[in-house]
Amino acid sequence: MDINSYKGICVVAEATSANKLTGVTWELIGAAKQLSEQLNGEEISVILISGNNDVNPLLKEISEAGAQKCYLAQDDKLAAYSTEYYAKIICDIVNAKKPSIMLFGASTTGRDLAPRISSELNTGLTADCTELGINEKGLLAATRPTFGGNLMATILCKSRPQMATVRPKVLARPEAHSSNNLEIEKINVKLDGVPLRTKILELAKSLSTACVTIEAAEINVSGGRGMKTAENFKILEDLAQALGGAVGASRAAVDAGWRGHCDQVGQTGKTVTPKLYIACGISGAIQHLAGMNASETIVAINKDPDAAIFDIATYGLVGDLFEVVPALTEAIKKEQLTAAI
Amino acid sequence: MKIVVCVKQVPDTSDIKWTENNTMVRDGVESIVNPFDEYAIETALRVKEANPGSTLTAVTMGPPQAKDVLKKAIAMGADDAILISDKKFAGSDTQATSRTLAKAIKEKIGDFDLIVCGQFAIDGDTAQTGPSIAKHLDIPQITYTKEVVNSSDSTLVAKREIEEGMQTIEMQLPGLICMVKCDYEPRRAPIKGVMKANRTEIPEFNMEEIGLEPEQVGIKGSPTYVSKAFRPPIREGGEKITADSPKELAEILLSKLKETKVLVS
Ligand SMILES: Cc1cc2nc3c(=O)[nH]c(=O)nc-3n(C[C@H](O)[C@H](O)[C@H](O)COP(=O)(O)OP(=O)(O)OC[C@H]3O[C@@H](n4cnc5c(N)ncnc54)[C@H](O)[C@@H]3O)c2cc1C
Repeated sequence: MDINSYKGICVVAEATSANKLTGVTWELIGAAKQLSEQLNGEEISVILISGNNDVNPLLKEISEAGAQKCYLAQDDKLAAYSTEYYAKIICDIVNAKKPSIMLFGASTTGRDLAPRISSELNTGLTADCTELGINEKGLLAATRPTFGGNLMATILCKSRPQMATVRPKVLARPEAHSSNNLEIEKINVKLDGVPLRTKILELAKSLSTACVTIEAAEINVSGGRGMKTAENFKILEDLAQALGGAVGASRAAVDAGWRGHCDQVGQTGKTVTPKLYIACGISGAIQHLAGMNASETIVAINKDPDAAIFDIATYGLVGDLFEVVPALTEAIKKEQLTAAI
Repeated sequence: MKIVVCVKQVPDTSDIKWTENNTMVRDGVESIVNPFDEYAIETALRVKEANPGSTLTAVTMGPPQAKDVLKKAIAMGADDAILISDKKFAGSDTQATSRTLAKAIKEKIGDFDLIVCGQFAIDGDTAQTGPSIAKHLDIPQITYTKEVVNSSDSTLVAKREIEEGMQTIEMQLPGLICMVKCDYEPRRAPIKGVMKANRTEIPEFNMEEIGLEPEQVGIKGSPTYVSKAFRPPIREGGEKITADSPKELAEILLSKLKETKVLVS
């Protein structure tokens, strides 16, 4: 491998069903701009894979976010995500264009796809990064939490491209600029002979709307063992509703069957980074903290003044949640408070 | 069906201690079966039970003491197990690990129908080993699997938990699935199983025996390496608020949240 023949930073874009770029795609393009500045302005490109629908809104966003070039692969076969087709398209582009750095969102799709590609290309991949930089030798320094958030590790890669998946909502979203001239290169989609051995049968959206909301919400109200019953979560629903937020849970509450696993926050559940996290009846075990301690503001409501959650909470309310939560909801409704945007 | 489950022995991350100079104390930390792998074992056993005549083999790459997790898999109901162990494997990243596991499965287990992995290991937390094994063996994959709905020796239908909701997906076998936490709990090993596990000889294979070269494994076979490891900055707690009544508590909090512009009216 001639390492020096690899140049530029390439972001793999993801779109939502509403035909918009996902938040993490914006964040990745923002990160790519910063890396590019440290690499004498190496090119920032984006790979967009799509069905034969109207991609103009997406291209506009890609341009506004700050990319210079877009490799566009469109085909009916690519309308829905599939590991095998998407991996093939991206590997072909990488082999032809040789980017030095490749960034993916650490979404379920990114984490399904990126390892498949890194193994095909026989290169290194760093998972779920929370910080990206360029070191003194010009290498991508990808930093990530390991050991359940107990340890941070900065990982370097000997081969090319240097690949990373990046955790959503951690890096800053760049401001939109309309002045960019995005160069678009259409990719000739070649999928003949590529096996597709999976088939999507169904997507049940309603079943688990919570899975969507808990990670996307700017305000999170979570309950733990202190909630005592499933029915008691009603008071958290009320508080969350008053604030326009979502309800999460500790593992103890999930294991008790009070909430579904897709609501679980923590090391073996979801990682959330809302503007405001309100922990109710949660003691603050390290595995729970791993999923929420990057929230901007943390409020803890716990009757035990020595609960570990108070060690990290911005505001710790010592009291009985069954009294404090309803009082809070009432006051919020009265003052008509909402999350600042 | 011939089913394979990949399991990993991990340190119990709830038990991490630090030295004065902020390095992690690794001695004396208890080893456990990676929690997601327990769901992988349980799911593999359910598939085995749904397809009479199937066999389940557990495999791990690790030091000799990693045999413990294989014994646990056998105690839960796996038929047999193999340990892939060699000092040369030290320092493997996910690329080298998946290459090693894939080669071992190919050479020592052979014509499998299904491989079941945990989605993540709680120490590394990469979620990369499963999909990379699938690539090395050129088989399809289903990640973030919550449940296997249906299985036969040619296809498998599973539910996947993704951002948009619950996806039902069909895969041709041979294939690989990665399990997240399921709605069912891993079974406890029955006494009979524990006794069987104690009796079972677990064969061990090294690098040469699975047919890999030194440049393909361990540090040499790993494109990535850790340049720095450090303790994350500990989030500082703020203030603890006490008051005479819940109403007062709520009011104090709200005035603070308004002051810091977290909430606005
Ligand atoms: C490998 C592994 C992975 C794990 N992954 C996760 C994970 O992803 N997420 C997770 O959350 N946990 C996880 N855990 C479990 C974790 O260690 C804790 O056991 C769990 O977080 C505890 O949940 P809890 O805080 O709700 O319950 P507890 O620790 O029992 O705390 C309940 C709290 O409620 C308070 N309380 C009770 N009644 C009231 C009241 N009326 N008003 C106010 N406060 C009250 C109590 O003072 C107490 O502090 C994991 C553990 C392991 C070993």
